[in-house]
Amino acid sequence: MSAEAPRPATPMARQILEHRSLLSRARALPGEARFVLAVLTLGALVTGAGIGFLVVTGQLDGRWYDIRDLGNATAHFRDWTQRQGIDSSVPYLVTGLLGGIGILSLVGGWLVIGVWAERRLIAKFQIRQGPNRVGPFGLLQPLADAVKLLQKEVLIPIGADKLLFFLPPILIFIPAMLGWGPVPWAPKMSYADLNVGVVYTIAISSLGVLAVFLAGWSSNNHYALLGAMRTVAMMVSYEIPISISLLAVVLFTGSLQLSDIVAWQAQHYIWMIVLLPFGAFTFLFASTAEINRTPNDIGEAESEIVAGFHTEYSGMKAGLFLAVELGNALLVGAMMSTFFLGGYSLFGLEEWVPGYLIMGAKTFLVYFGFVWLRATLPRFRLDQLMAFAWKFLIPLSIIQLLFVAVESMLIVQSGLPGIVTIGGSVIINAGLTVIGVRAWANAIGYSPKEMASPPIMTNGVGGLRAAEQIRAAS
Amino acid sequence: MESPGIILAFWVLSAITVAGCAMVLVAKNLVHALVFLVLAFLGMAGLFLTLSADFIAVAQVLIYAGSIAVLMVFAIMLTPLAARDNANSLYLLPALASGLGIAAIVSFVALVTPWGELQGDALAQNDPPTTVAIIGDLLLGRYVLAFEVASILLFFALLGAIVLVQERGSRESQ
Repeated sequence: MSAEAPRPATPMARQILEHRSLLSRARALPGEARFVLAVLTLGALVTGAGIGFLVVTGQLDGRWYDIRDLGNATAHFRDWTQRQGIDSSVPYLVTGLLGGIGILSLVGGWLVIGVWAERRLIAKFQIRQGPNRVGPFGLLQPLADAVKLLQKEVLIPIGADKLLFFLPPILIFIPAMLGWGPVPWAPKMSYADLNVGVVYTIAISSLGVLAVFLAGWSSNNHYALLGAMRTVAMMVSYEIPISISLLAVVLFTGSLQLSDIVAWQAQHYIWMIVLLPFGAFTFLFASTAEINRTPNDIGEAESEIVAGFHTEYSGMKAGLFLAVELGNALLVGAMMSTFFLGGYSLFGLEEWVPGYLIMGAKTFLVYFGFVWLRATLPRFRLDQLMAFAWKFLIPLSIIQLLFVAVESMLIVQSGLPGIVTIGGSVIINAGLTVIGVRAWANAIGYSPKEMASPPIMTNGVGGLRAAEQIRAAS
Repeated sequence: MESPGIILAFWVLSAITVAGCAMVLVAKNLVHALVFLVLAFLGMAGLFLTLSADFIAVAQVLIYAGSIAVLMVFAIMLTPLAARDNANSLYLLPALASGLGIAAIVSFVALVTPWGELQGDALAQNDPPTTVAIIGDLLLGRYVLAFEVASILLFFALLGAIVLVQERGSRESQ
């Protein structure tokens, strides 16, 4: 290693070399700061131990101050109003308003922070700095953007349909907000724990299509109409694989209620993504198509059709479309973690940590995956996406559904221990995913191409390996 | 018995539904008519919700407001002249006649059917927590024949669509 001459440091290699670890940064702190940090850590430990004692002795279960599940407080509030003789509509109104404000502040807060976070993250992926001028670390950048957008003139193109041009930016917000209704944040904590939660989710996601179409049609612009029709076609196509993969989930859990689905996963100590790897992939890929995110954002492909269906929107109206995209990505993250990643449960940890924190962590994990995809992958072509949905995802999902139907009957009715039936299902589904995908791809003529040589670009532009070599040489 | 919230919801949703339907007839532009039709569909879904028919309500949103609306979007986009005009056509009288006929049949059935109205505790006992299980049982039990016939019909519609749009070249090459 050391015999080689050190490579010229590329930007990424230099960044990695100059990057100081968290530990070394902590060592460099002055004495006072270290003392304060130590006291804070000690305090946190003591508080944690106290909470742990309360949890273990069971003194917390179901009390109104049991903040592991805000549903407890709601239930106690409802009981209290009933004892006071207040009409039962009052607690529903109050808790409904509070929950609505909670959801609004979550999504609204993310619209403010998310723009900044996503741009910074993508900048990290692309070895840039990202927004770092407005405020500390560039944190005020979204506010500056919002002010800029608000100041801009809202143009209405000649020949545009005035009413229908005005409506879509508002309409498109409705499903993005309504979708949060049945998401369970803790065993008893969800805004509206519907009996038909899964169908509701699919129904709500199909409402956004019309807003997108109206935006494109009313603009009186060819690019906008093209983008709208692309998006509509894609959303209609990808709704089917989403529905079928969710149907497989429902077959296992035996309930359309989202909280029951999470409870089933918590009870059996298994995540749906293990049980249904292909279903999880289908859901993730198809939802990126539904919400117009990068591997599948042909509806607003900048290099082809300007900005797609919102080409003619300016000022805050365009800002609303962009904001809805962020909110939808977060919503899909929540749905993905509910259906496939165990929701608020984490193998017993939900007894200690509030379920909504676990749920939030999983949501943002999926969201991070979306950002990663956006920073990494190029855009698919329209025909590729359509063919992928109709020739690949839908047939394989249906085949998987047939297997799942048998497996779910075995789990419920065979009387064998769960480890046998569920474990067997895991193995069968994993095998089905690997063999089925390869066989189907061969059958319809997409054979996986053997790469002539491993990609060597990484070294050329100074990837991780080059950095390691430089580090070893210096 | 009925709480004021339900009554208010019924009147508001009825107003939305009826106004939406009326605007479908009045609107000059076909796309405007489509938007009002979707509004009427959503009002209908709300009415189903007040009747505690949760599955029907969600299915109404999913199928009518979601899919049928998109189907109409494609129909409008594929017929260029129709997109500009929702005017009267040759079929005004037949359409009115058939519409009135359907309305008469539905009203007649609604009036003749013994609805078995329940009050108070009897209503609470007979109100199932969810209608999904009952609908599923009926679909795959008592009405399984109708269910299968419908699925076969849809399957043939799918086949027909594929045959219609299949390119001639690919058929010859097979």
